[in-house]
Amino acid sequence: MNTSNVSKTILMLALATSCTAQAAENETTDSDRIAAYREMISDGNPAEFDEMRGEELWKKAAGPNQATLEKCDLGKGPGVVKGAYAELPRYFKDTGKVQDLESRLLTCMTTLQGLKEEDIAAKPFASEKKASDISSLATYVVGQSKGVKMAVSTKHPKEKEAYEIGKRIFSYRAGPYDFACSTCHATSGTRIRMQDLPNLKSSKQDAQAAYTTWPAYRVSQGLTRSFQWRLNDCFRQQRFPEPKFASEATVALTMFLAVNANGAKYDGPGLKR
Amino acid sequence: MNAKQIIGIVAVAAAAILPAQAASLDAKTAEIIKRDFRDKGIAKATRVNQDELQAACSKYVDNVPAKLKHKLEAEQEKAVKWPADGKYMGDWKAGEKLAQSGRGMTWSDKPEDPAGGNCYNCHQLSAKEIAYGTIGPSLLNFGKTRGNTEETQRYVYGRIYNAKAYNACANMPRFGHMGILTEAQIKDLVALLLDPESPVNK
Repeated sequence: MNTSNVSKTILMLALATSCTAQAAENETTDSDRIAAYREMISDGNPAEFDEMRGEELWKKAAGPNQATLEKCDLGKGPGVVKGAYAELPRYFKDTGKVQDLESRLLTCMTTLQGLKEEDIAAKPFASEKKASDISSLATYVVGQSKGVKMAVSTKHPKEKEAYEIGKRIFSYRAGPYDFACSTCHATSGTRIRMQDLPNLKSSKQDAQAAYTTWPAYRVSQGLTRSFQWRLNDCFRQQRFPEPKFASEATVALTMFLAVNANGAKYDGPGLKR
Repeated sequence: MNAKQIIGIVAVAAAAILPAQAASLDAKTAEIIKRDFRDKGIAKATRVNQDELQAACSKYVDNVPAKLKHKLEAEQEKAVKWPADGKYMGDWKAGEKLAQSGRGMTWSDKPEDPAGGNCYNCHQLSAKEIAYGTIGPSLLNFGKTRGNTEETQRYVYGRIYNAKAYNACANMPRFGHMGILTEAQIKDLVALLLDPESPVNK
């Protein structure tokens, strides 16, 4: 058993205990349990293992070019990681595109290290069997913005446009269930089954609390999940087809959600049920 | 008008989205969505193509102008397939099972997996089930308060078959219209809501 498995086991036991302890209270929601659990482990989050893995990958020479990512420009200049995530997505002059963290990491891994985009995008998410390099790199980068105020710009016309397109994607109803993001995330105080639903559109507080705690370690899955994964799984439950990894649609939607979270201190990687 | 006022107006115009811009953003959004989603499992890329109702509700962010709203609702109602035998009530026990299942039609569902009713995801139904969602209204005691006349049965059948025939941009899926549930399954759900023996009315 490696460290991450040990920690996972301990956590699952801890969660099971906290659930049992509160089983008598029928009205206890998952959110209450998670809050109690967060309290219990407030001195640590298993996502830290993924942050460490990501940091090693950042500094390690890799790919056909045997280069590290230490010259990767995440928007605050080559190699500047501190605070970078709190200003993403943003417009990048070299690619002429608005990019979120993961699409920007794709750019750096292809241009600096010479890796192939289709190879990275083929397995962009961590699974039980295999960690994902781009996902761990993202965990590392976001951790370097902990405590930094979210300040995502819409000054550049392309940034403004991405926000506007993201807003439209949020309300885009389609598929066999006619669902949009807004079906579940545009009203305050609702839940699906026992799961509380944040109002990501018109509650600043909800939008900030949700955005600033992703990526997150998912206790139920024993994995640290990236923001691109979060969107991907929302679309699955929306009964949509799969959004392409780091595509313009996902970046635009991220832009909308990130701007709605502006002003809050980034607090990830988070910890979720 | 002084220079300051002119600058103010220019600034407002630059920040606001003009109707022409909005139309071009709508078109661009549609183009991006069509390009950026792909087949996965049973969820084919074509699912992002909207029908007239989905397009209207998206465009107007679920607040469609009254005239268009009524037209859409009339069209949806016209397409409701009523049971050929004229019966609307099935078995509430099967209905309760169906109401509990939140499965169906995601890319991780198999083609042979039957879709559930997803009812408890959004509604309170039986008083015994405390794990219910609150996106839709509580349906506890639904039959008790409304009775069980044929007219009510038909209304409930229609509402489950196609909620959009009653409210064009309702959150609720069109379970019959979109082929999510069969006629027999919808009847079972009608019974869950209206049968005096159903836990919804106990």
